[in-house]
Amino acid sequence: MSLIGTLARMEAVREGRARPLATVRHRHLAARPLVFVPLTTAGEAGAPLGALVGTERDAPRLLVVAQPRDRDMRFAFLAELADAMLPYVEAYGDAVEHEERKETDPETGRKVPVEVELCADAPQLLVPSAAGVEYVRLLGRSMRFRRTAEQDPDAPHPAPPRVPLLGRWLTHFGERAHVPGSSLLLAMTQLLGRHWATGQSALEDQHLGALLAWIDPPDGMPGGQAALRAELERDADGLLIHPPAGPATDPVFDNKRLAPAVTRYDRARTEALEAAPHRFAAAQEALADADRALRELLASQLRPTWDAVWHGVDLLRALPEGAHVAERWKRDRWSYTGHRDRVRAGEPPQPRRDDAVTAARKLAARETAQARLDAQEALDDPLVMAARRLAGEAFAGEVTEVVMEYTQAKVARPRPLVTLRTADGPHVADGATLHRALPDGRTQSAEFVAYGPGGTLTVRLTGGMGRGKVPDTGSVPEPGHHVCWTLFDHAPRGGPDLPDPEQTPWTHGGPPAAVAEAPDPVTAEDRL
Amino acid sequence: MTVRMAPGRAFDPAGAAAAATDAILRDTLHSPHRGVVVDSPPGAGKSTLVVRAARELAAAGRPLMIVAQTNAQVDDLVLRLAEQDPGLPVGRLHSSDRHPYDPALDAFDHVVPSARVAELAGLDVVVSTAAKWAHTKVAEPWGHAIVDEAYQMRSDALLAVAGLFERALFVGDPGQLDPFSVVGAEQWAGLSYDPSASAVSTLLAHNPDLPQHRLPVSWRLPASAAPLVSDAFYPYTPFRSGTGHGERRMAFAVASDGSGPDRVLDEAAGTGWGLLELPARHTPRTDPEAVGAVALVVRRLLDRGGAVTSERSPDPVPLTADRVAVGTAHRDQAAAVRAALAGLGVDPGPGGVTVDTANRLQGREFDVTVVLHPLSGRPDATAFHLETGRLCVLASRHRHACIVVCRAGVDRLLDEHPSTDPVQLGVTVKFPDGWEANHAVLAHLAEHRVAWRP
Repeated sequence: MSLIGTLARMEAVREGRARPLATVRHRHLAARPLVFVPLTTAGEAGAPLGALVGTERDAPRLLVVAQPRDRDMRFAFLAELADAMLPYVEAYGDAVEHEERKETDPETGRKVPVEVELCADAPQLLVPSAAGVEYVRLLGRSMRFRRTAEQDPDAPHPAPPRVPLLGRWLTHFGERAHVPGSSLLLAMTQLLGRHWATGQSALEDQHLGALLAWIDPPDGMPGGQAALRAELERDADGLLIHPPAGPATDPVFDNKRLAPAVTRYDRARTEALEAAPHRFAAAQEALADADRALRELLASQLRPTWDAVWHGVDLLRALPEGAHVAERWKRDRWSYTGHRDRVRAGEPPQPRRDDAVTAARKLAARETAQARLDAQEALDDPLVMAARRLAGEAFAGEVTEVVMEYTQAKVARPRPLVTLRTADGPHVADGATLHRALPDGRTQSAEFVAYGPGGTLTVRLTGGMGRGKVPDTGSVPEPGHHVCWTLFDHAPRGGPDLPDPEQTPWTHGGPPAAVAEAPDPVTAEDRL
Repeated sequence: MTVRMAPGRAFDPAGAAAAATDAILRDTLHSPHRGVVVDSPPGAGKSTLVVRAARELAAAGRPLMIVAQTNAQVDDLVLRLAEQDPGLPVGRLHSSDRHPYDPALDAFDHVVPSARVAELAGLDVVVSTAAKWAHTKVAEPWGHAIVDEAYQMRSDALLAVAGLFERALFVGDPGQLDPFSVVGAEQWAGLSYDPSASAVSTLLAHNPDLPQHRLPVSWRLPASAAPLVSDAFYPYTPFRSGTGHGERRMAFAVASDGSGPDRVLDEAAGTGWGLLELPARHTPRTDPEAVGAVALVVRRLLDRGGAVTSERSPDPVPLTADRVAVGTAHRDQAAAVRAALAGLGVDPGPGGVTVDTANRLQGREFDVTVVLHPLSGRPDATAFHLETGRLCVLASRHRHACIVVCRAGVDRLLDEHPSTDPVQLGVTVKFPDGWEANHAVLAHLAEHRVAWRP
């Protein structure tokens, strides 16, 4: 954690209220996000129990698996989930803009401009916590290889075609969530934790209720006390007043409420199946009652989290959007458009494991994205820049002197020396490259020259002054101007050129085998 | 664990090292395998081996490329090649940045620096960084390559350059800092080609039959340090020091004034190790007292007119500032030490005392090092601070003595923070873990403890 982050947490403890870590919102927040609050069954990975999903805060759609160990019911749930999510996800695929992109011409090998489609907007999925993001990935993994009756008439549990399709989309969302600064799939705890520092540990911040209690404590109550209540307060039956944000449930709830309700449902179902004709109607009604009771029970666990997520959305909407957020959202739109194209082209689902080249490409892309995010957040937000300045990675100050100098080349270029007074202590070495954002959005480079007396230091401008002998107006700061130089690049370069997967070298096992992936085999666990 | 010697026969370091080198060169030149891997403990003559292998390959009429990890390493290799073999044409492939390479290379006529590989065609040896090679395209791959510091190279970096050569000699130190990524890479943990793993682990996972060699003798570490570093960091691949006890000596012209720094200097001069222990306390990273103590130790070290005697010369050689280094875990700590040194009138910088982080001290050698312990004053022990390689780098840069400055209570801190990293399926568990190595070093340092009394 940065020094300024530690300070903010200590201030939060003292004041009993979360302190801002940012003055602007650093992530895109869609006008109409899809909120997804899943619950999972204890003891069985990837067995959904229920979910609230929807784009309207007043009208979530409740999906429930009455008997989570029943495969057919689970698949019915997933099909219903696909019905709830896919229309939203696919709705953004048709409104497109046209962008020009350079592509390599296969015949000439030259880079030629090509006009390509870019979706005008993209869907955004919000889940309550980081565990929810992981759950989206898990659902994607469990669904994308499912076989439809059309693909395989002999499949034991054929899935409706929308199920593997949703699996591919959820996998895409889950993968994209690994890219720093991306906003296709966001966890509310991480979003809030990025913008506010609470008086508790980062681990405790993963409890959405406690986090919100610090940021927006109920009237008059200190944040710490409110957070403790959100975490621990139980009713007379020992149930948590604020159920966990999932996907895991509270064990007390599982034992005292869920287990009896599921048992009741099982019994009602058995009776409905075995009922004599004259008891049939009554048995059906008992089953419907048991089903309704389960739905109400799960809604009671899901609804507080659902409301908390929207509470978080309101808090974040109150922050103005950072200047570079739209640029990063455009990258998310590219990613959405790319996957839309792959789905439309009928490509197979994402493989279970990346090959060597794909893994290296993804890692390089994420490292570049991280560096870009760090730079852009600092440029967008003086509070973030302050943390970088404290860490010695940037410095700001008032210009005290500008001395014009020129290169010795035949066509002399301006290389003015700018001296500024600063209280910052940057970790710069001689000749280190520095960067400064110009008012028009371009970046100016400079190199560090020397420290001077009385907290001054001198840099030499090396670019961003136009092509002539006389620098462009406004490109050279003047005495009295306040400037901020960073030691980090504002637009970091991407990773190395990697070979195509078919060209994977011997050191990495040679080219991967080109066989399509088989569906997941049916195991004993599938027949519980 | 110690190295067992054949009974009745004294260990002959020069002979053992020469035999290992011969075997490596034989495999490099004649092995049917596409790769040869050489593990080299600190100061075992890795650079010497790389230079010799390059010269022998070139002499055999086989042009080669050399991949190193940093520009400083590349410049250092080119300098060594140029100095040792004036007849060998060497290309230095560099970036198009400003000041891309050490200007000292311009003094050699047979060294050709260029930013374009086409201008270096036909030269016997072309040297560059992995990052530059990754952006290089060639029509015909090189027959041979030498990959230096291969354990510090990431698997994805090797993936980017492996298409440039047919066969390669991989040389590196498995005990130093592992490569890392600023973003999470757990997704690929356990895959043989995990892009964030070291190049050697990927290479060996896919090519388990490659010949593997080991340099058995550290010429840098004194007899007082080799057993500790070997036991703590290389328990399964032990090595020996090239010199015996008493062959390296350090003495001061000025007598001790009885202060903590002077007493720890005397302790280190006598035994090769010294621990200057400050009272236990939780501090910020740039602990002003500890940083001040480090600076004072360096100041006294230079003031007291130190002189070292070693196998390099029969007479004592004055211990000058450029032979002294300060190692820290974090860059802000290094900056704080530099500021404290400047405040005491010691010039940290080119030609003076080197102050840097473990990452940047890798591969370098000094007579005396002063180390700010990575766990000093911390309330917790994170994986970063426990990393085996970090401590190994800091404890293995010296030819004569290493002085560690630390707050008391690190042993308790270690006991409170056992390593809790999740175990990933398919990932080889690294031994020793940082926790164990830290305890081993701490237990040894405890025998050389001096309490802080300014």
